[in-house]
Amino acid sequence: MATTTAPGPVRPAGRPAQDGPPRPRGRRTVRRTYLPYLLLVPAALLELGIHVVPMLVGVWMSLLELTQFHIRDWSTAPFTGFENYRVTFDFGSATGKDLLHSFWVTALYTTLSVGFSWMLGLAAAVFLQRPFKGRALLRTLFLTPYALPVYTAVITWTFMFQRDTGLVNHALDQLGLIDGANPPFWLIGENSFVALLIVSVWKSWPFAFLCLMAGLQNVPPELYEASAIDGANFWRRLRDVTLPMLRPVNQVLLLVLFLWTFNDFNTPYVLFGGSAPRQADLISIHIYQSSFVTWNFGLGSAMSVALLLFLLVVTAVYLLVTNRRREHA
Amino acid sequence: MRESTGERWARRIVLSLLTLFVLAPLYVMVSSGLKPLRDVQGAFTWLPSRVTFQPFVDMWQTVPLGRYLVNSLLVASSAAVISVAIAIFAAFAISRYRFRGRQLFSVTVLSTQMFPGILFLLPLFLIYVNLGNVTGIELYASRLGLTITYLTFSLPFSIWMLVGYFDSIPRGLDEAAQVDGAGPLRTLFQVILPTAVPGIVAVTVYAFMTAWGEVLFASVMTDENSRTLAVGLQGYATQYNVYWNQAMAASVVVSIPVVIGFLALQRYFVAGLTAGAVK
Repeated sequence: MATTTAPGPVRPAGRPAQDGPPRPRGRRTVRRTYLPYLLLVPAALLELGIHVVPMLVGVWMSLLELTQFHIRDWSTAPFTGFENYRVTFDFGSATGKDLLHSFWVTALYTTLSVGFSWMLGLAAAVFLQRPFKGRALLRTLFLTPYALPVYTAVITWTFMFQRDTGLVNHALDQLGLIDGANPPFWLIGENSFVALLIVSVWKSWPFAFLCLMAGLQNVPPELYEASAIDGANFWRRLRDVTLPMLRPVNQVLLLVLFLWTFNDFNTPYVLFGGSAPRQADLISIHIYQSSFVTWNFGLGSAMSVALLLFLLVVTAVYLLVTNRRREHA
Repeated sequence: MRESTGERWARRIVLSLLTLFVLAPLYVMVSSGLKPLRDVQGAFTWLPSRVTFQPFVDMWQTVPLGRYLVNSLLVASSAAVISVAIAIFAAFAISRYRFRGRQLFSVTVLSTQMFPGILFLLPLFLIYVNLGNVTGIELYASRLGLTITYLTFSLPFSIWMLVGYFDSIPRGLDEAAQVDGAGPLRTLFQVILPTAVPGIVAVTVYAFMTAWGEVLFASVMTDENSRTLAVGLQGYATQYNVYWNQAMAASVVVSIPVVIGFLALQRYFVAGLTAGAVK
């Protein structure tokens, strides 16, 4: 990093260390031992107060019958044990069926969004490796969606997806791809999933690009030179040099993208305004609806805990598999 | 290594398509903000029938954008400054000391990033409401509550990025200062902080962006008085009319500070965000 400048001679000569103020030995040792913990206290307290304690409370809440009657003073809410979990996992009932549906929607959404974001990010990073005129400009432009506040980006997409006044139908009509007299709806029905996916990819791929670009900077050019001498073409170089060198970056990147996308609330919330169409009913929106709209916080908490457990298991398995593969490599 | 003709064309085509994809919403945002209302209420046009700055004037009246802007500025900047101040101490401890629980702390703090926001939202909502009832401290629907919440969102990433920056500062500097008789805190303030200024600025902007762009908690934890831009911007869709041109104009104004801040500091972001991932 270019940020650390060499300081030159820090200490003027002729002031031996022993000249420092004499310090009682005991106090010094105590400070040595406790100082790091002391420095961590503020951060630890905040994390505890805003993340850890609410999480434990959330687990407790999932065991209560916490409806609108008990919101004001939730210590009076009746304890119902695993009743909320029974409802959550009762896939025969309407509640469980809807939840399962939104789980599959979210799984498909996450797979496609992470897949496309990764591919676009990789393509951009690979093609921007070689210096050419306008490279710096493109690099900056490609990072802009990452910098934009989510809601301004999504509101703009909402406008673009409007049936009669939006850019999307207008452009498709000009290209002759749709019947201009009877343009499709994008924010309701089947198409809403596609619309949601496009917005999500637009928002996520710059992050993949950023990480992959940084990863490519660590690939020594000699590797490419050598493979070029061997007569490797573009795809061979990608497969044999680029991708293996990117493996550590990919491991972290794919996990982070997966977690962000699976938990994504902002995109559907702003795009559809709180109640998503069934085809695009992501799990976080679904839990939000179950909690704040139907006022069943106990059930919402049970669903959240189930979601967290699922994500923990997936993450643990992913880390085990990728680490094992790394050891074998 | 030469680029083959096929590769050159592939590069041009892929990069052109990506440019179009990225630019389309940016173009719509800027150009629609300059359109009169009848333009955005009719069929989409690539160019405004008449360029007008009226949406940039009217947008302050249609919704109380000024108040939302002040709320967002107060919440996001206090959350950013406080979280970075706290992260500096934590990052210093992690970067410069080997102590029991160091690994555990890092892992715990970072893993809070993976938890679904909705999981904290419900309990935090109830905790804030109940705390308000019991102690009288208004955390629910107040800027204070939102600030405290937001500053913990950026905290883990801020710590992570700062550890990366601090690690890149040679230990020799610390030791020289200590030989001079400086204690750990003086070393932090007089040696490490001045050297890490660009990194600290980048982390502050990152923390600001996190708070500036948050939607979920803003939509539940605010009322009319404490509402932030994230929720307020949805007010341009009224019962009678959708003022798309004003919504786009407001989006431009709201985006400009963070986009400029990000682009100016992107070099340091790339270094900070990837420090952990690449190693």
